[in-house]
Amino acid sequence: MEDRDSSSEKEPSSESLRARVRDARKAAQPKASDGVNESHAYGIAMRLVAELVSGLLVGFAIGWFLDKWFGTKPWMLIGFIFIGLGAGIFNVMRAARQIEAREARQRSEADQANSKEG
Amino acid sequence: MASPLAQFEIKTLIPLQLGEYDISFTNSSLFMGLTVIAIMIFMIGGMRKSAMVPGRWQLSVEMCYEFVANMLQDAAGREARKYFPFIFTLFMFILFANLMGMIPYLGFTVTSHIAVTFAMAGFVFVGVTLIGLAKHGFKFFKLFVPEGAPLALMPLLVVIELVSYLSRPISLSVRLFANMVAGHTMLKVFGGFVVALGVLGVVPFVFIVALTGLELLVACLQAYVFAILTCMYLNDALHLH
Repeated sequence: MEDRDSSSEKEPSSESLRARVRDARKAAQPKASDGVNESHAYGIAMRLVAELVSGLLVGFAIGWFLDKWFGTKPWMLIGFIFIGLGAGIFNVMRAARQIEAREARQRSEADQANSKEG
Repeated sequence: MASPLAQFEIKTLIPLQLGEYDISFTNSSLFMGLTVIAIMIFMIGGMRKSAMVPGRWQLSVEMCYEFVANMLQDAAGREARKYFPFIFTLFMFILFANLMGMIPYLGFTVTSHIAVTFAMAGFVFVGVTLIGLAKHGFKFFKLFVPEGAPLALMPLLVVIELVSYLSRPISLSVRLFANMVAGHTMLKVFGGFVVALGVLGVVPFVFIVALTGLELLVACLQAYVFAILTCMYLNDALHLH
């Protein structure tokens, strides 16, 4: 019936508890970052697509408003669509670099944890 | 059969008018309120005892806290600690709003409206820009000047950097909104197939079960993505490259 046995034992000290939590966490660490799973890839794909499209959208919006203000239809629009596309590609490259750097760091951390254990 | 998009319809529950503006209490407002109440119950209920050895409920609250704290620390460093309450609120609100939308029949997804997600993304954008300006003053604009670029290309690159900076709130809001709309519409469309196909409807029904699992995952994932990107933008503003 009773599923908590800790109350019958003597109260664990905060030191030993901390050590136990640390050990348990270390044991769980390498498992958590085992390669790339599918959901992760889906998230990355969504992120990169949104990055590309939003650059284009902002370029379009800026061009459209500048045309309206200066009456230079359609040159600003055309120019800023290209600039927006460039910004989108910039964003995608930057995001990809960030993701790569983070994954490399996680991998090296996992390797370190593994080598410390064995 | 109802349109698959009918689920996103805003219905006025209590009509209110303030001057020229319609500030009616809608089903969206109701679900925002419910989201906040659910978060409060979850947090306060979990930490009520704040035991040395946490139970399941307290543990899940602490896991949320630690998850966001680690994310902020990794992405934006130690200085970003003071913005933790904001990031945590943002993460929990989006997470709970997304999960509320997964309640069958009754649920309404607050984050499936671009007005809501763009308001949040715009707030993040303005806030991060102000933090950057307050911290670095005029030097903040170095963010738009790429290092080591040839002088002839500079004007073009600065414009591109500026557009890329301005596109942040768009990408942040569109991603969340598009994910929620796409997922929920897909569920409704396949739900329609189940009814229309009769006995053969078992096939789309099985698909829906899998899709619901995927949607739960997307709900959590998008809350995480929104929060971590906010952390990254904060990092850019705090430590100019």
